[in-house]
Amino acid sequence: MASRPESSLPPELYYDDKEAKKYTQNSRIIQIQSEMSERAIELLSLPEDPTIRSSLLVLDVGCGSGISGAALTEAGLNWFGVDISSSMLEIALENEVEGGLARCDIGHGLPFRAGCFDAVVSVSALQWLAYSDRSTANPIRRQRAFFTSLYACMSVGARAVLQFYPADELQLQLLLNSAMSCGFTGGLVTDYPESAKARKHFLVLDTAGTRPMPAAQDEAGGRHSTKQQQPMRKGSKAWIMRKKEQYRRKNPDSKALPSDSKYTGRKRKPRF
Amino acid sequence: IFKISNMKLILHNMLTSAMIKGVKKGYPLLLRATKVELQPVEFDAGFVVHMLPRLDWSGVTAAVQCLNQPDLLQDPLPELPPTVPDDYANNEDFLRKAHIALMQLDVIEGCLVCPETGREFPIAKGIPNMLINDNEAA
Repeated sequence: MASRPESSLPPELYYDDKEAKKYTQNSRIIQIQSEMSERAIELLSLPEDPTIRSSLLVLDVGCGSGISGAALTEAGLNWFGVDISSSMLEIALENEVEGGLARCDIGHGLPFRAGCFDAVVSVSALQWLAYSDRSTANPIRRQRAFFTSLYACMSVGARAVLQFYPADELQLQLLLNSAMSCGFTGGLVTDYPESAKARKHFLVLDTAGTRPMPAAQDEAGGRHSTKQQQPMRKGSKAWIMRKKEQYRRKNPDSKALPSDSKYTGRKRKPRF
Repeated sequence: IFKISNMKLILHNMLTSAMIKGVKKGYPLLLRATKVELQPVEFDAGFVVHMLPRLDWSGVTAAVQCLNQPDLLQDPLPELPPTVPDDYANNEDFLRKAHIALMQLDVIEGCLVCPETGREFPIAKGIPNMLINDNEAA
């Protein structure tokens, strides 16, 4: 896309009837959204047994016109979807989706009680949380409200797979950090990381324990464990560099910091 | 797998107004329905058994009572016990009644009311609108 929808209007205004209609008529959009939905469901790593699947309840964040919902139904899963746009939800109704729907602003926190959902998916919705047009709304605060409420409404051991389109590296890190500061384990899985056009980012968030991260996809169609991007862990080299940079910015004249070298943040031999 | 677009009591039971500043619990939301339809849905015992522990059962019985208005529904409402029986996992009779209450009562029009602030959330075309203003948010 030449310009990002998020840079022009907030989602409840951007997705008016005209834009929402495109989602029913543009077969390419539908195909891409469907594929990402299927991939997100795959990353959930739910049991294959259809009897088990039909007893579960999944939350679809930013369900829009119901493309991802259709994939959930196809995968044998019950779901509730939330979206902020009434036009998109109207289309979902017209499409006769098989999921319960509710309208809300996820940046205020999800309107669900604790422990409701066995799994969560989101396709192309979270990037909207990176922007704020209203002076009363702070993007980081909104992200925290979302991720905190997300954690709370997931059952123990549930997993959330959230595909999104960050505009740049900073947005990606901010969202990742917001998520990880709310109690989740897990991190980022990036399919086709080499291609700027093809790459797809999935936040994979677990509520309990450390499950092995699923393998990302690469161009050759093979699956391999790419180095999963973790948010800057306290004490890591990236963290040290960031802290030094922050100090330098606040104290530009100070000579207290050692200069950066190949020894900065290098792993030391364990001495004890 | 169910056609569950309209707000069913299972969705109602999970909704809360806790995103509003100052709200401590935010459920069960009071249910004021003006249009309700009975929608046949295939009974899936596994789903009901899986969901029951998560539900606020007193909220379910309260919601069913809220629907007990004259002229709202032609068919009789299911009779639910005040608490979930201990043998619920094998009690098909109870599960079927719970299924009717949770899955077959479609609320098309009406509103939900926060029990602590009185704030109303309208329901239109079966979709509850849980939008709040920025200054209401926690």
